[in-house]
Amino acid sequence: MPVPSSDPGVVPSKSSIFAGSGDLATEIGRMSDGTAHELNNLGALDSDEDGRSAKKRLGPVFWVAAGWFILVALAALLAPILPLKSYTAPSAFIRKPPSAQFWFGTDTIGRDIFSRVVWGGRVSLAVAFASISFGVVVGGTIGIVSGYFRGRIETLLMGFCDVLLSFPALLLALSIVAFRGDQRDLLTISLAIGVVSIAPVARLVRANTLVYSQREFVTAARSLGARRGRIIVKEILPNVVFPVLSFSIIAIGLAIVAEGGLAFLGQSVQPPTPTWGGMISDGRNYLSNAPWISLMPCLILFLTVLALNLAGDRIREYFDIKDND
Amino acid sequence: MTATESDTTTSVGQRATLLDVTDLSTSFRTERGVVHAVDGVTFTLDRGRTLGVVGESGSGKTVLSRSIMGLLSGKNVVRAGSVKYEGTEIIGYSAKQMSNVWGAEMSMVFQDPMTSLNPVMKIGKQITESLRRHLGVDKDEADQTAIALLKSVGIPAPEQRLGEYPHQLSGGMRQRVTIAIALACGPKILFADEPTTALDVTVQAQILDLLDDQQRERHMAMILVTHDLGVVRTRADEIIVMYGGKVVEQAPTSTLFASMKMPYTEALLRSIPRLDMPSHTRLDAIPGRPPNLIAPPAGCNFASRCRYVQPRCLEERPPLVAAADPGHFYRCFYPVGTPEGEAALQANLAAGTAVAAPAPRSSTTTEES
Repeated sequence: MPVPSSDPGVVPSKSSIFAGSGDLATEIGRMSDGTAHELNNLGALDSDEDGRSAKKRLGPVFWVAAGWFILVALAALLAPILPLKSYTAPSAFIRKPPSAQFWFGTDTIGRDIFSRVVWGGRVSLAVAFASISFGVVVGGTIGIVSGYFRGRIETLLMGFCDVLLSFPALLLALSIVAFRGDQRDLLTISLAIGVVSIAPVARLVRANTLVYSQREFVTAARSLGARRGRIIVKEILPNVVFPVLSFSIIAIGLAIVAEGGLAFLGQSVQPPTPTWGGMISDGRNYLSNAPWISLMPCLILFLTVLALNLAGDRIREYFDIKDND
Repeated sequence: MTATESDTTTSVGQRATLLDVTDLSTSFRTERGVVHAVDGVTFTLDRGRTLGVVGESGSGKTVLSRSIMGLLSGKNVVRAGSVKYEGTEIIGYSAKQMSNVWGAEMSMVFQDPMTSLNPVMKIGKQITESLRRHLGVDKDEADQTAIALLKSVGIPAPEQRLGEYPHQLSGGMRQRVTIAIALACGPKILFADEPTTALDVTVQAQILDLLDDQQRERHMAMILVTHDLGVVRTRADEIIVMYGGKVVEQAPTSTLFASMKMPYTEALLRSIPRLDMPSHTRLDAIPGRPPNLIAPPAGCNFASRCRYVQPRCLEERPPLVAAADPGHFYRCFYPVGTPEGEAALQANLAAGTAVAAPAPRSSTTTEES
């Protein structure tokens, strides 16, 4: 995972961060192409094998990953009612290493890092979910429309997506934040990352729509008098939803990283509201004598994104087989 | 020629004509040129009758059925001619107008039940959708109808099947479900597009019998598209044999089998194994491939593969001509079972060129990839 500051001792220059996070778009693009390719292959195989004989299971890895994510999400959700220390009030204990009193240690002005990680999770997860939901709705609409209607509409919409993809992801997000001026709230950040996620989702959905709209059941539905809107909503959408669902789980992980990147550059929500990336950034000058300030949020971010990736991969495999037997 | 031809066929069938197709042509504009997939097809179909459309892959039989139904869409599809349904011209209908015809008036059973059912929609829903759309019945009534339909197509425990997904059924069961879906709104014409090709040999007969029964019960017209002359022999009232997008022979079933005129029809029949042959008899495959429909040969489409081929066949296109029997048309200069045909065949056999085409072979027919 490209966690920007996992390289201790060196303050990364801005350009190297761009280089690392610029892979985001290509990474997502590659994944969506891969999924479409697999779907094509599976569609070509006219499998008459009985899918029931090999009962699919999600497996223990999935449940551990999902368990971790649910733990993090619950902690973030319940932060206001959990018995946490204040995440804003400084204490006399400055840069204390992790101990029984401060589980994750304290930061440069003596704030409890554990409670800041929990509160920071609220922002990171909220931004990730909101931005990917936005990307799925907008990108999904673009993808299904261009995949089903083809022609000029497709050229136009896919051209728009190519333009989006040609920007380095972090630059695009940064410029959207800059465009919104000093309103650096949840909405702005979600919008910035959401716009970045439109194109990959659109490509994935379009590729799947192309596959399914060629299937005979779409012609069959037409031969029974179904209109276009109905075909899109009832015949194609339910088939496209599964790959998009599993993809968006992985995309949420990437969005968390993207938010971290923005926060590291001081372009996420305003302090003192903590976010994981912002906390990593706060501790970057103390990596040699107080590494926990950066490493604790880093570790949680790393584990959460890893969990999302593992879970998303398993779900993708699970559904890939299922809709083809 | 087509005008006289349609006159003859309509005068033969003065019963309740349901479908009247006149000189229907369908072509696709592609990057490599215009493909004439269906060229000048004319026939009429009455209630309760079955029309068999026979031809090998690429002969245009599937395009013909989809073209009549207006299921081919897109800017690159060119349809010409006339399709009259109950006396009304439906060629110019918009998709919106057609959606009232589809399902309720005509519907189609597709070749492969693996792909013609939506994998993520329950069977009950797939059947009741069009019921509710066309007949406007409520959910309970639609469910009851669906159960009755599934029962009538021979599916055991239909109540239970409503809640199942297509992958939980076997291939034959799935095809029964697609038939139930096609029959749901009581169409007057059923198109069966190679309904048994994707199925096990053991269930093929069952599905064909089921279609027969349903047709009789509902007094529907049926267009049975197949590559198997054996399938239509006992089930169709009239047969159209297609080759390279054109009708090459058209006749009532008994006439066709009693006195076939077209060498292609004969070749198709010779390629089917028969019970009265001794075992290990070699089947006569038709050599070569269907013609390139983008640049069809100058002469007869079938010339390069024909046992009766003569120089004239390579230069001149044979028109569709009427035979002695009423309603029998064929497209050949040297028809099977006539003195000219026999002479042509004997001449070819003597020259040793009976199977492959003689020397001046049209270059377009050989260069098909």
